[in-house]
Amino acid sequence: MSIIHKARPTQHLGKPVKRKEDPKLVTGRGLYVDDIKLPGMLYVAFLRSPYAHAKIKSIDVSKALRVPGVVAVYTGEDFRGKIGPIPTGWQLTGADLKVPEWPAVAYDKVRFIGEIVAVVVASDPYRARDALEAIEVDYEPLQAVVSVEDAIKPGAPQLHEGVPNNIAFRWRLKGGEDFEEISKKADKVIKQRMVNQRLIPSAMEPRGAVAEYNRYTGELTLWVTSQNPHVHRLLLSGVLGIPENKLRVIAPDVGGGFGSKIPVYPLEAIVARLAMDLGKPIKYVETRRENFLGTIHGRDHVEYVEAAIKNDGTVLGLRVRTLANMGAYLSTAAPGVPTILFGTMLSGPYKIRSVDVEVTGVFTNTIPVDAYRGAGRPEATYILERIMDLVARELNMDPADVRRKNLIPEAPYAAITGLTYDSGKYLEVFERALKIADYEGWRKRQSEARKEGRLIGVGIASYIEVCGLAPSRIARATGFGLGLWESAIVRVHPSGKVTVYTGASPHGQGEDIAFAQIVAEELGVSLEDVEVIHGDTALVQFGMGTYGSRTTPVGGGAIALAARRVREKARKIAAALLEAREEDVVFEAGRFYVKGVPEKAVTIQQVALASYTAEKLPPGVEPGLEATVFYDPENFTFPYGTHVCVVEIDRETGGVKILRYVAVDDAGIIVNPMLAEGQVIGGALQGIAQALYEEAIYDSSGNLLTAGFNDYMIPTAREAPKIESYFYETPSPHNPLGVKGIGETSTIASTPAVVNAVLDALAHLGVRHIDMPLLPSKIYKVLKEKEVG
Amino acid sequence: MYPPRFSLIVPSTVEEALDALSRYGEEAKVLAGGHSLIPLMKLRLASPKYLIYIGKIQGLSYIREEAGKISIGCMTTHAMIESSDLLRKKNLLLSETASKIGDLQVRNMGTIGGSLAHADPAADYPAAITALEGEIVARSVKGERVIKAQEFFKGPFSTALRSDELLVEVRVPSMEGYFGAAYEKLVFRATDYAIVGVAAVLELDRGGAIQRARVALTGVGSTPVRAKSVEEELIGKQASKDLIVKVSTRASEGLNPPSDIRASSEYRKAMAAVMTKRALLRALERAQEKIASNG
Repeated sequence: MSIIHKARPTQHLGKPVKRKEDPKLVTGRGLYVDDIKLPGMLYVAFLRSPYAHAKIKSIDVSKALRVPGVVAVYTGEDFRGKIGPIPTGWQLTGADLKVPEWPAVAYDKVRFIGEIVAVVVASDPYRARDALEAIEVDYEPLQAVVSVEDAIKPGAPQLHEGVPNNIAFRWRLKGGEDFEEISKKADKVIKQRMVNQRLIPSAMEPRGAVAEYNRYTGELTLWVTSQNPHVHRLLLSGVLGIPENKLRVIAPDVGGGFGSKIPVYPLEAIVARLAMDLGKPIKYVETRRENFLGTIHGRDHVEYVEAAIKNDGTVLGLRVRTLANMGAYLSTAAPGVPTILFGTMLSGPYKIRSVDVEVTGVFTNTIPVDAYRGAGRPEATYILERIMDLVARELNMDPADVRRKNLIPEAPYAAITGLTYDSGKYLEVFERALKIADYEGWRKRQSEARKEGRLIGVGIASYIEVCGLAPSRIARATGFGLGLWESAIVRVHPSGKVTVYTGASPHGQGEDIAFAQIVAEELGVSLEDVEVIHGDTALVQFGMGTYGSRTTPVGGGAIALAARRVREKARKIAAALLEAREEDVVFEAGRFYVKGVPEKAVTIQQVALASYTAEKLPPGVEPGLEATVFYDPENFTFPYGTHVCVVEIDRETGGVKILRYVAVDDAGIIVNPMLAEGQVIGGALQGIAQALYEEAIYDSSGNLLTAGFNDYMIPTAREAPKIESYFYETPSPHNPLGVKGIGETSTIASTPAVVNAVLDALAHLGVRHIDMPLLPSKIYKVLKEKEVG
Repeated sequence: MYPPRFSLIVPSTVEEALDALSRYGEEAKVLAGGHSLIPLMKLRLASPKYLIYIGKIQGLSYIREEAGKISIGCMTTHAMIESSDLLRKKNLLLSETASKIGDLQVRNMGTIGGSLAHADPAADYPAAITALEGEIVARSVKGERVIKAQEFFKGPFSTALRSDELLVEVRVPSMEGYFGAAYEKLVFRATDYAIVGVAAVLELDRGGAIQRARVALTGVGSTPVRAKSVEEELIGKQASKDLIVKVSTRASEGLNPPSDIRASSEYRKAMAAVMTKRALLRALERAQEKIASNG
């Protein structure tokens, strides 16, 4: 963990302070949804479809009702009109979007294995599961389709009425010059089909909900594993027909999400409905297997890429045709992920002059796909970084030189996709990363190793990411259902202690300490004196939540602005206390004093008390010391960086070993380098996982073959290489702190860095491309073919 | 993960356990460390009516040398086998095999008796026990019998144990002399079941000629497989790396391994040879070290 270029001196920001919540969490004293136990609570179990595509002819629940402990059994018909369809919150514009009905419980047809077809309520979760086995469903199986390429073929099984050829949308973005025109100026056009495989988010805590209804007040309290409790409240109030102010949504401790806890799912709607209907607290928490079958998946693109290039390595333009697998229904943010968050990033940190991308969203008989860490941006970066290496291969150039030829030297920069990059020294950071990783040295070692028959490869990935998701006007223009600002209240109590109410909803990121650092920096209070409250709609003003690397830039930005407003009010009160003119009062490290007289000061704590005793307030100043800010940034933030990976391949087994991994990232001002490094390490491992291990695999009838950690191969600590993380700070001018967001950068960069390294190791054998994950068995097969051929 | 209803029987002596087995045999499962059985029950893939938990019985967890053999109690954990000085000295293969099972949590809970009785075709011990020509001691109310390793494994998740029998002990040779052995496990993730696992035992004479060679593979068939053609090619010959490299290719002969999402049958077949070579090379190195240190 090291900041190799610091933008400006800071007091509390930039300090590796330990997280506040860890003692509680690591000793098992956290409060997760599954820890909530209420008197008289009943438990729910879901009968899930064993067919990927079938008509439901009839359901007989009579035997299930006779299982001891069973209170009630429901089918889809019972909920029609009582639970509205599961909403799609990103109504993509200009793309002929089709949003078919997603019933919370299927009533006429099932469209993926794992879809809920019946609901049991029982006195304990074991009995509830026993009763599932007693429900008899008569299905009429239909032919299923799981691959996007099959689903759009004529004659393919049709999932939804009114959605011909299973096409959910067609979205196109053309930026810069026309691709056909620019191809005429090119020396070559190279082509590659690439698959960005389906991944399963696998948060440590599965999803779940507990609901309690007070029939006398009409208030419903819902504890739910959510990254955005206010969004959950708003959408569920519509789904359930309950006024928003009668619905309290609480995200207690939440054990990770990676995007999978953004959407509103059937489960929370069903649990809430049952609590109202039965008048008893209701609980449901997924088992791990149900988490695989009932929670969104991520990625899943087939890309057809063409790059128009010059013989000197210049990439002039890119044409991308993408088939994006949406699964069986459109989840909350799903339409925006493979389009807006993907297509706008296809020129990346490069001076590409033409981008023409068309994305076809396709329904298949699989679990719905939505935002997963990086969400669209890893897919775009993967294409770009693979293309840079393929250009190098085609022209027999060093992949580093191809990037030097194409990188934007520095920002601000108006990208052809319509985005304005904020700040950065793209080329400088690239060179620093190569130097730290000893790129040239590895090239020498690689050629020596080749002489001995050893396979060493070096991979580079430069990326830029649009994050800090905001501003609202752009979000709305793309069809996003809400604004994308963030809210904060900074409240200084009479004793000078501070409570922060944030609309962000951290779920493992450690923002409690990061936000305290921001307040401490702005108000000069100590870190211990700042408490952060989030995740409860009854306590916190409306907020957008945590995703898209927005929590520090947007949520933190709101807190910084609120703290500054508090400081300015405090300055007025301090001036009255010091009997000085406001403009003569200086603020420094938590103290106000008259310019030139630092020994005669009042502290922020003294000012706080005075603001509540209120006898010495200047005219027009209200009592109390707090500020509320709803902060809507002017623009996104754009973290960027370069990652370098060195691998060696075991020639006999095809196994890949990472020898070195260096990450140099510019996420703007680093609030807490320990947390930032944690994001880089975790993100890198998640990206490495996509490159080398993870893949959600379906068979042709729609069975998920990887529905457990035995078969869905999340790497463990034993597979984790040492990740060397370095930060280069250029402050983003787009938010008050100069921060850019660090939650997804490493997931975006690491996947292509590793894949490029593996393919670089095989380059001299004539291997161009292998689709992920690069399992040893796959590499071995290619090696054999090349040796034989 | 919610298993169906079952009754738990917790005997405090082996006799009580055998009594319960004789009564409930077909409908009962013996619970030891629980690392294979419990997940199957949670997924409702196994639903025994009775679970007989033998973890409260004293004296089933031991590793001791008796009459040229090392006897290991059925409740001995992988972690104990991994760290046993006796095994490290006199049967390194078994302790090395244990060290490559699962992760630390699994090794702290999982037992050798449970693993062998479960007979997962990709488990690690079956290869080691087969290569070591070990013995399995089974007891029932009718008495005790000793089953040879090569007769113990009947198929995937199927053994020679009868439904009223309890696996009480495992015996492996106490290896004195110029022995070398090694277990090579090919996995994509450290905690996984073997894609291919190979246990190899070599015994040399003072001059370096191979007296005994045993090679057993896991993950390539429904039961552990002995690579007899490799063994035959080695026995009686002067040990050398070249010889091992040459004969190891024969480990793939006649195999018809399973295909799954990780690896094809062809890959497993090819890796059988690679892992056999690696196991034998390490076994040879260890045997030669013994000759060198005994001068």
